[in-house]
Amino acid sequence: MAQHLKSSSKSILLNILRHNIGFSSPSHASRHLRHNLPHGPLSTRLAPNLITRYCNTMVDTLSSIGSHEDTNSQVMDFPGGKVAFTPEIHFISESNEERVPCYRVLDDNGQQLTNSQFVPVSKEIAVKMYSDMVTLQMMDNIFYEAQRQGRLSFYATAFGEEAINIASAAALSPDDVIFPQYREPGVLLWRGFTLQEFANQCFGNKSDYGKGRQMPVHYGSNKLNYFTVSATIATQLPNAVGAAYSLKMDGKDACAVTFFGDGGSSEGDFHAALNFAAVMEAPVLFICRNNGWAISTPTSDQFRSDGVVVKGRAYGIRSIRVDGNDALAMYSAVHEAREMAIRERRPILIEALTYRVGHHSTSDDSTRYRSADEIEWWNKARNPLSRFRTWVESNGWWSDETESDLRSRIKKEMLEAIRVAEKTEKPNLNHMFSDVYDVPPLNLREQELLVRQAIKSHPLDYPSDVPL
Amino acid sequence: MASLLGRFCRKLVVPGSAHGSRMVSTTACDSEAVKSLNLHSAINQALHIALETDPRSYVFGEDVGFGGVFRCTTGLAERFGKNRVFNTPLCEQGIVGFGIGLAAMGNRAVVEIQFADYIYPAFDQVKRVFPTLEFDFSTAEFLIRGFNSQIVNEAAKFRYRSGNQFNCGGLTIRAPYGAVGHGGHYHSQSPEAFFCHVPGIKVVIPRSPREAKGLLLSSIRDPNPVVFFEPKWLYRPAVEEVPEHDYMIPLSQAEVIREGNDITLVGWGAQLTVMEQACLDAEKVLDFIFQLKDNWFKVSNMGLELIMQEGISCELIDLKTLLPWDKETVEASVKKTGRLLISHEAPVTGGFGAEISATILERCFLKVKSLRFNSSRRD
Repeated sequence: MAQHLKSSSKSILLNILRHNIGFSSPSHASRHLRHNLPHGPLSTRLAPNLITRYCNTMVDTLSSIGSHEDTNSQVMDFPGGKVAFTPEIHFISESNEERVPCYRVLDDNGQQLTNSQFVPVSKEIAVKMYSDMVTLQMMDNIFYEAQRQGRLSFYATAFGEEAINIASAAALSPDDVIFPQYREPGVLLWRGFTLQEFANQCFGNKSDYGKGRQMPVHYGSNKLNYFTVSATIATQLPNAVGAAYSLKMDGKDACAVTFFGDGGSSEGDFHAALNFAAVMEAPVLFICRNNGWAISTPTSDQFRSDGVVVKGRAYGIRSIRVDGNDALAMYSAVHEAREMAIRERRPILIEALTYRVGHHSTSDDSTRYRSADEIEWWNKARNPLSRFRTWVESNGWWSDETESDLRSRIKKEMLEAIRVAEKTEKPNLNHMFSDVYDVPPLNLREQELLVRQAIKSHPLDYPSDVPL
Repeated sequence: MASLLGRFCRKLVVPGSAHGSRMVSTTACDSEAVKSLNLHSAINQALHIALETDPRSYVFGEDVGFGGVFRCTTGLAERFGKNRVFNTPLCEQGIVGFGIGLAAMGNRAVVEIQFADYIYPAFDQVKRVFPTLEFDFSTAEFLIRGFNSQIVNEAAKFRYRSGNQFNCGGLTIRAPYGAVGHGGHYHSQSPEAFFCHVPGIKVVIPRSPREAKGLLLSSIRDPNPVVFFEPKWLYRPAVEEVPEHDYMIPLSQAEVIREGNDITLVGWGAQLTVMEQACLDAEKVLDFIFQLKDNWFKVSNMGLELIMQEGISCELIDLKTLLPWDKETVEASVKKTGRLLISHEAPVTGGFGAEISATILERCFLKVKSLRFNSSRRD
């Protein structure tokens, strides 16, 4: 049941982290008022049957009505628990004096900060992390260019967010289920999705696992526990909570992880999901990529709170703000959050601050609403790749030679993947009608017949690369 | 409206039971034990069976813990535990979204929306897979445009958009629908037409307790997400002999619950109760002439001679599943009678009756002598 740590030194480090890493802890007042309860499985939600269920923190229950009020303690009883009263009229301020601080490990130049705390990363993991960040960036570049050349209908890059993508994936286990938005292909890449598989989906050919039905970048892989992207914003958030509940009920050593942007945090589904996650005590990580822009909408037009991290407390969810461009900080935060979520059966909110260097997509030219200088500055001075590379090199794990070897290999692989994907034929026409239901009902079978008849009578109007 | 319903409540006949010829029996044989149950008890029984037969099934929604506002979930939390039967926060999009996530992991999630009138926030999640597919020949690409929501954009499209890598077929959404007389705008709606426009989900509406139990079990076990509308008007007053064992009634199969030769009537849910009464009345000649004047139920194109000679012999069909619907049964009936009348509670314009009439007209154009709608609520 409990998560046992592998070595005592790691456990010491993690204990320090748990207290100091910046996860906001229950307020002093509520701790004072909370019933003193032993740790371990509690009975609130335990089923009377034999299957063990996990429980975590006990929700404050209504104290027995009629219990005497100790007038000295200035405490009142209401549904929801005891609450201290005050004779002063005082409104909680709309925001704190200071913004919630942001956890980081490396400075802008990739040097480790002097008193930084982080989960150690082995050479193997660090090199894979950096390599995958480079691969992601190159993949994005080449696909973007392919779209510009008219070979792809659409593409969306993750420039500037490579650290969020790769470092979070590295900190998770392959059994953790991912509910992405659409700017997290790096998680798939880390887990082993090949460049060819990415290309197949973008070109919508018959090797695409999605059978050519969706726009490019709408990847999905049940093998890699990555739920298929849907373009609708934040609809995946409540789904992730349900999936997390399932993992908890099945007693799995895994959590659900869902990604969304600053824009997504405005959706009703964000509110629904966080509230449900807290009430259902679901082991889910909510990772917000606050990159400053929702297409052309800056965060000042998106919300008036101190970002997204402060919203966690409103739902009773432990939260942290992280420098999303710092791969080590992202890794540590996600690693810690995952352990807490699974062991304590609770949701965690992570706000990763970053910047969307690329346009929203190939249908967007962001210089129309922000300065090219701003984009350039973030791309050069605050680039997550160069920062992490400095740190990896400082450990003697990387060099210019390995860099150029990697880049030329990736370029070759990418071009080959595109060449093959472009040549591969499209999915068969019957896939337009399959999978709507588990088995095509009569009305769909009739519709397919009608389409085939239409094609027979107008063969020139039918694309030649879609097999019948 | 209330007075009309009151008139029918006095002699509430479960459609296709005692009156007329019950031609098709899809339920248990007579040797099985039966019990007199009303609609909410029959549904409750179905839920008990569903949870009993699949340990990875869940029932949740607002207030289901204590038994639900319509008593459909009584006894479930006590029997199966609060981890499987539980209250949710007051948030339909969260309820359905959470249910989709559970179903996507291979569980059965039987979700309750307290009134169909409140289902709209979850509409987005219902559509989570299937935008309209537009076949654009000129650019040699399938253009797929998306809309928004949990039922429509998430549940309905989960399987399709993932290339069948994922599905949320274990999801069933139950919601009470329909007028009760005093419900007003927000406790009376009949929104089935919105969902019938969403490929990827199924829409099922039972007419009686015995039907409800069998159809609900089929819906829960169907490997596709199902929206199950329960006629709340019938929850208490409709009583029927319901077999106690585990049985299922097939989806997408309409039933002729009353045979006739002069006209085909198509309906679903509570409206069938009203329609069956109308069938009885239509068979009586004089009654019928009086009622023509002050009754909202109208049949056109009947020769006076026909009326004077004999009553009108009505064939009544319960559609049961609206999406995908059983066109063959309706078509066969209309080819026999030549006349079709569709009656539903929902507003006429864009109502599901329009889909039925367009399809039948297309298929039986030369045979149809008359085609009418009736809705108890105009737009």
